[in-house]
Amino acid sequence: MTEYHLTTPISEEDARKLKVGDIVYVTGEHVYTARDEAHERALEMYEKGEKPPVDFEGSVVYHVGPVAWQKNGKWEIVSAGPTTSIRMELFEDEFLRKYSARIIIGKGGMGAKTLGALKEVGAVYCSFTGGCGALAAKGFKEVRAYLWDDLGMPEALWVITAEKFGPLLVTMDSHGKSLHDDMDRMVAARKADVYARIGIKE
Amino acid sequence: MKDPSQVIHDTTVRLLRKAATVLPKEIEEALKAAHAHETDETAKTQFSAILTNIKLAATGVPMCQDTGIMIFYVKVGDKFPFIGEIKDSLAKATRKATADTPLRPNAVNPIIGGNSGDNTGKKIPWINWEIVSGDSLEITAFPKGGGSENACILGMLKPGVGLTGVKKIVVDNAISYMGKACAPNIIGVGIGGGSDIALKIAKQQLLRPLNDKHPEPEVAKIEAEIMEAINATGIGPMGLGGKTTVLGVKVDYAMRHPASLPVGVAIQCWAARKSTAIISKDLDVTYLTHPVEGKK
Repeated sequence: MTEYHLTTPISEEDARKLKVGDIVYVTGEHVYTARDEAHERALEMYEKGEKPPVDFEGSVVYHVGPVAWQKNGKWEIVSAGPTTSIRMELFEDEFLRKYSARIIIGKGGMGAKTLGALKEVGAVYCSFTGGCGALAAKGFKEVRAYLWDDLGMPEALWVITAEKFGPLLVTMDSHGKSLHDDMDRMVAARKADVYARIGIKE
Repeated sequence: MKDPSQVIHDTTVRLLRKAATVLPKEIEEALKAAHAHETDETAKTQFSAILTNIKLAATGVPMCQDTGIMIFYVKVGDKFPFIGEIKDSLAKATRKATADTPLRPNAVNPIIGGNSGDNTGKKIPWINWEIVSGDSLEITAFPKGGGSENACILGMLKPGVGLTGVKKIVVDNAISYMGKACAPNIIGVGIGGGSDIALKIAKQQLLRPLNDKHPEPEVAKIEAEIMEAINATGIGPMGLGGKTTVLGVKVDYAMRHPASLPVGVAIQCWAARKSTAIISKDLDVTYLTHPVEGKK
C-alpha cells in the first residue's frame, strides 16, 4: 500500500506504476465529472470527428452527480460522493481507448471490458468511499466550468481544479488485477460457512 | 398565537437539513466502533474516510451528494388540532430545504421524464401516515438514497421453505449486491402480510434504534443469525473487504396468508439519515434525534 500524490495531466508511465491497494491523492486541472450521458456524448463527438470542450488526455474522470449551487455568480460543488460505476461499463473501455484518461473514479468497481482497457491504455480505476460527498468536495478547489448543462446537474460535465482530492483507493490496475474480482472469489469461497450459520448445508 | 402551518414548515425544514448533514449519534458511534474493530487495512481506510466525512458534513454540508428521495413518517395524534395543515407544510418545507441546504433535486417524472427541480411532485414527498392516540404530531424525515434503495427486494416465497428460506433470501441478496449499497448497511426485513405489507414493514425497521432487539426472542434470534452470517461474508465496508458488512439487522412480521410467505428486504446505506421531532398541540417543538443546543 503505497501513497501517491499525482498532478494532472497524468502520464501513462505514472498510471502504470499504480497497483491495487495503493492510495492516490490528485491535484490539478484535468478533473472532470462524467456519468452515463456525458460518456455517451463524448463518444458520439469522437464518432463525428468533433473535439470535446475539454482535454481528456491524462485526465481524471469521476463518476459522480454532484450537489452544486451558484454563489455570487460562481458555481460551487457542495457534496460529491461517487455513483455506481458499473452503469458506465457500457462506455468506459471505448472512452479510455479514445481519450486516454488515466484515472477513473467511482464506487463498486467495473467489469472485464474496462479492466481490459485499463491494461491496454495504461490507466487505473480508483474507488472513492461511497457517501463521502463532503470529503470529496473538500478536494475540489474550484469549479472552472459547468459544461453540457443541458444534461442536468447530475449528468453534466463539471470541470474541476482539484487539490489533494482523495483518498482514492486503486481497486483495478493496468496489470489486470481487480480487487472487486478478488472479493467476488473470496465471498464465493466463504459461502458454505455463511450458509452454515443460517442452517443451510450446500 | 403561533401559525400552525409555519411551525410545521419550519420544524420540517430543520429536520431535512439536519438529516442531510448530521447523522444520528448512535449511527456515528456504531461507525466509530466498527472502525476500531477492523484489522483489514482497506476497511480501515474506508471507515476513516467515512468518519472524516461525517465531521466535515456536520458543519452544514450534505454528507452524501445523493440527498435522497423525500419520505416522511408521520404519527399524528387523533386529537392533534392541525391535521389539515400537515401535508402542504411538508411539501413546502421540502422545497425550502432543497434550495437552502442545498439538497440535490431528486424527483424525476418516470413517464414524461424531467426533474421537478425541487424534490416535490406527484406523490412526493411520500408521507407514511399513522394515526395514534394523543394530541401531538411526530414527524420523521427519512430521505432515502438511490444506491441502497436499488438493493431492496421482495421475495414471494413458498411457505414450505420456512424461516431458513427467509434468512437465505436476505443473505443471498447481500451477497449479490456486495458493497454496492454503500456498506456497512442496516437491513430491515418484513415477513408476512402481503407483498406491499412485507416491504412496508421492512422499511419501517430502518427507523428502529440501532442497538435494540426485537422483543420476541424468536425474532431477535433471526436478526442475530442473519447479521452474523452476512458479516461472515467478509464483504466489508464498500465491498472492499472487512469484518463489518452490516451494522444491524431488524426483523418484524405480520400474519401471513396460508399460501404465501412474502419477505420484504429494505437496505440502508451507512449514511442512515433520519431526523425526528414532536410538535405538541400548543405548537411546542421537541427535536429528538437532533436536539437544539442548550435544550433538552
